[in-house]
Amino acid sequence: MGRTEFGILGGIVVALAIAGAAAAWTVARGATGNPQVTIDIRYSHFEPSELSVPVGVPVTVVLSNRDMIDHEWILGDDAVHERHRTGTEPVHGARPTEVTIPAGETRRTTIVLDEAGTFRYICHLPGHEAYGMVGVLVARP
Amino acid sequence: MSKRSRTLGAAGFAALLLLALAAAPVLACGGLIGPNGAVNLLRTTTLAGYHDGEEHYITAFQFAGGGGAFGSLTPLPGVPSKVEKGGDWTLQRLVRETEPVPEAAVFLEAARAAGDAEVLMEVRIDALDVTVLRGGADEVGRWAKQNGFRLPPDAPEVLEFYAERSPIFLAAVFDADAAAERGQAVGDGTPVHVTIPTDNPWVPLRILALGKTGQERVDADVYLLNDQKPALLPAPTGDNGLTLLNDEPASDSLLADLRSDRGMEWVPTSAWLTKVRIDASADQLGFDLAIDASGAGAPSYVDAGLALPTPGMTPMEALRVIFGLGLIGIAVGGALLLVWWRPQPVAS
Repeated sequence: MGRTEFGILGGIVVALAIAGAAAAWTVARGATGNPQVTIDIRYSHFEPSELSVPVGVPVTVVLSNRDMIDHEWILGDDAVHERHRTGTEPVHGARPTEVTIPAGETRRTTIVLDEAGTFRYICHLPGHEAYGMVGVLVARP
Repeated sequence: MSKRSRTLGAAGFAALLLLALAAAPVLACGGLIGPNGAVNLLRTTTLAGYHDGEEHYITAFQFAGGGGAFGSLTPLPGVPSKVEKGGDWTLQRLVRETEPVPEAAVFLEAARAAGDAEVLMEVRIDALDVTVLRGGADEVGRWAKQNGFRLPPDAPEVLEFYAERSPIFLAAVFDADAAAERGQAVGDGTPVHVTIPTDNPWVPLRILALGKTGQERVDADVYLLNDQKPALLPAPTGDNGLTLLNDEPASDSLLADLRSDRGMEWVPTSAWLTKVRIDASADQLGFDLAIDASGAGAPSYVDAGLALPTPGMTPMEALRVIFGLGLIGIAVGGALLLVWWRPQPVAS
């Protein structure tokens, strides 16, 4: 192999390394550059069930439903959850803090929490909250 | 697969998740949870008989009134050879044999048809649509969704628990509207008889708790009819939610009565009758009932759901093993050739 071939090969390796680093950066920061957190749903439980995010910063939440049944991710205070316990809205998606995740699919949403505090995220499909589909999100200053 | 020469005693299962199919699309169905939470699974009664290499599972789906449909999924130990209308009074006769006060055999089920799971068999029995499915937990779950059912939150884990051992499920939809048109009264049951060739019967119990949480109770009676006294795992101790209420040779009159019911010609002339009452909290029922009626007294931990099955080899893995063994054989053969057939030194 001559010097020219070595040069081409080296260039390809460097390019791939740069692309890999860029991809890693994108995953860590989210496609939009926002901080990103990923929540896996398996056996009707959130993993992790505790999260902490900064106040006032857009945060991308990736919700990956690995179950063969649908789930919801509803984030809010007690009043929000009380409303959803008796709600009749079949599918969520219009509000960033209320997302329906069909079986086996992934949904992304970007939220901004304006004030510090502790919120819960719950699946309000019948029986799911009682089964333990509850998580806590802390908005820290 | 050849049948074991030994007779493995009865197996069976009572089970079921009751789904309520409502008109409203949002709450089109549900596991044991109806759209308004009004669906109740009462005590279920099931006969699981095992004779001559075939399991006979007999249960009834009861018309509870109202409209729409109710559904259930039942895991099976194998692919049924036959699904047919069961005898009219087999379950009632068993109850009368073991309980002084007759109690109606009750229980509901349901489901519908078509999805990613493979549909092996579809049978219409009165107002009941029965479908036998082959597929993993995800496939069966998708099938349920595509057919308008909503499974309860524990379904992913529970169905996977079963699919790891046997990917065969029986889905039944009780069409309450059709039942009403047929003139069926509330409380009328539709008996179903499933014949399953298998040498490895077991009774799924965990699925009885599907849709229930914590301390919610599960009540069911499971009758077993074996050629000889079976060994059970877990052993019914009462503390574990299983109580042995009957464990003796079946009477000649019972066997004769059972044999004279529709589809019950398989009942042998002598058998051992076992009755296990399930009165457990949902938390307790993390297992199934494994049975060994061979006399060896060694029911399977895997069948009881207390151990995972040994994973089988995939075709690619098998190919690799064969290829590897072939290479080793060639290497060993070559080495032997070198050692034994060393060329004779040429005389100078």
